Amino acid sequence: MALSIPASLESQLDELVTHYPQKRSASLMFLHALQEHFGYVSNDAVEWTAAKLGLQPINVYELVTFYPMFRQEPLGKTHVKVCRTLSCALAGSSEIRDHFCKKLGLNSHAHTPQTTPDGKFTVEFVECLADCGSAPVVMVGESVLSKASIADADRVLAAGR
Amino acid sequence: MPEQYKLILKHIDQPGYTPDIECYLRHGGYEALRQALATPPRDLPDGKQLSPQEVVREDVKASGLRGRGGAGFSAGLKWSFVDRRSGKPIYLICNADESEPGTFKDRQIIHKDPHQLIEGMVISCWANDVKLAYIYIRGEMPQGARLLNQALAEARAKGFLGKNILGSGRDVEIYVHRGAGAYICGEETGLIESLEGKRAYPRIKPPYFPAILGLYMCPTIVNNVETLCHVKHIVTMGAGEYAKLGTPNNTGTRIVSLSGDVKRPGYYEIQVGRVTLGELIYHENFGQGLKAGRSLKAIIPGGSSSKVLKAGEVFKLNRKAADGQMTKVDVPLLDLPYDFDSLQGAGTMSGSSAIIVMDDSRSMVDCLANLSEFYAHESCGQCTPCREGALWLAKGLHRLSHGEGRKADADYLQHIAQNIQGRTICAFGEAASWPVLSFVKKFREEFEARGAADEAARSKGAGPARDLKIAASPNQH
Ligand code: FES
Repeated sequence: MALSIPASLESQLDELVTHYPQKRSASLMFLHALQEHFGYVSNDAVEWTAAKLGLQPINVYELVTFYPMFRQEPLGKTHVKVCRTLSCALAGSSEIRDHFCKKLGLNSHAHTPQTTPDGKFTVEFVECLADCGSAPVVMVGESVLSKASIADADRVLAAGR
Repeated sequence: MPEQYKLILKHIDQPGYTPDIECYLRHGGYEALRQALATPPRDLPDGKQLSPQEVVREDVKASGLRGRGGAGFSAGLKWSFVDRRSGKPIYLICNADESEPGTFKDRQIIHKDPHQLIEGMVISCWANDVKLAYIYIRGEMPQGARLLNQALAEARAKGFLGKNILGSGRDVEIYVHRGAGAYICGEETGLIESLEGKRAYPRIKPPYFPAILGLYMCPTIVNNVETLCHVKHIVTMGAGEYAKLGTPNNTGTRIVSLSGDVKRPGYYEIQVGRVTLGELIYHENFGQGLKAGRSLKAIIPGGSSSKVLKAGEVFKLNRKAADGQMTKVDVPLLDLPYDFDSLQGAGTMSGSSAIIVMDDSRSMVDCLANLSEFYAHESCGQCTPCREGALWLAKGLHRLSHGEGRKADADYLQHIAQNIQGRTICAFGEAASWPVLSFVKKFREEFEARGAADEAARSKGAGPARDLKIAASPNQH
């Protein structure tokens, strides 16, 4: 198998398995960890996880296709999620998303994550991020931008170029 | 004067209050756990005796605490349904998959006061003979998951968690489990499937009531973050004192998430039923009213799945008169006490206590189109009426909000929604239908006018009235 898992990651995963009475429960946490490490969940990662947890690859693959946060190809270095749902929409989140797309030459009407050809940015419209009081909400990587403005978007763009 | 009452939020956002255990301990943290563990058995009038754990369970019931996640079911009753005779382990899961659009209260607790949740959980585990519990947190809260993990490690190091907690001879372990972006995981049986490492397809009830056949087919308690925090305060205050907060049958406090077209959106903790919907939106201590020059059009009172309320509506609610007789009284929308029963009386629900306000500049067609797209995206796909119906609703509304509507669309949308609700395994079917049914019923003229205008434009050969770019996109689902 092409996958090379560093020993520290593998021991972290082994520890995770001990949290559950049944190994299969660890699969979501495995996929998170592998995605964090490799940037996406490859077929090799699916097979490796299945073997590790005593499952068929399909048991793991069906999770990758069901849960929106898992992705099967690498994303851009800066991952921008703009909230699409009502409170953020009322506060103008689609203008912010359009702004990102326009500046990056991406299709602002697509329903799937859009990645720039140079691999620097991925822009995605996502559902409610549970921070609606600070609408419009944008997540950049793991951090949340509250009351995001076009100026904030420009800062994110400048930092990620 | 309507005011906040901060029980859960007491320290949150205070200057210098940090999420680490030292700070929590300085503020009296884990005293409630010590108090719970030292609960004496209670003698009952009939000569029977309640064990310390039974005492705490009874107190949670007597406190009147109702679930803060959405359904508003009595927490004590939920605990009482747990099958304690099966000989199988009992599990507790904290539902921290906060994802009902409009809701952002649990986020505050998780990020700013994680030990309050952990203390509530350890007490709840102890009281229910649970040795292993999980916090199922939204995948989109990676920092929250890290904070919780750190807090759990701190609690373990101090002996509040792990083997033999505080020398009580009891073991309680809690782990964090991350979701991965699926709204359906907020549904408790979907959440359980997800925690078992599967797709989050909700289970059918009966027979799969979590209290009997939950995680790994063992008895399982699933409680919301805020609900578990309240357990700590019930122990500290005693059931009687706690029940004095709020109003009868709607006891305690509740954190309201306020968003949309108000001047000051935010999270506000109130005594349940002691503040009205109007005060939450207009009072200076809360939302501070609408933006300049705007008037109220509609309110979503309890998360996006709750039925919308229209400005100017008046409801007939049951009230106890001075002589103890129940009578019906007229209550205008803005005078509705914000509690479980009043909102139910108004034909909607307080749900996850998330209020979304829409002013007169908003098109109800566009707002509903936005919500329906959410439900189309989030249907887990297990039941045909929901999987297909939610998508049809979204497509119909997309058409209507992009210049391709028809006058008959109002009927069409209602028809589909009626055929989803009640025909699915879980409550998602209702969640997807109720917004449509209520928006179309209460703002019918707006939907018909939009459709009629589009028809007129087409018959003149003018083509669609509005921007069609989205509809024409190749990636349209
Ligand atoms: S609607 Fe955007 S965070 Fe909730």
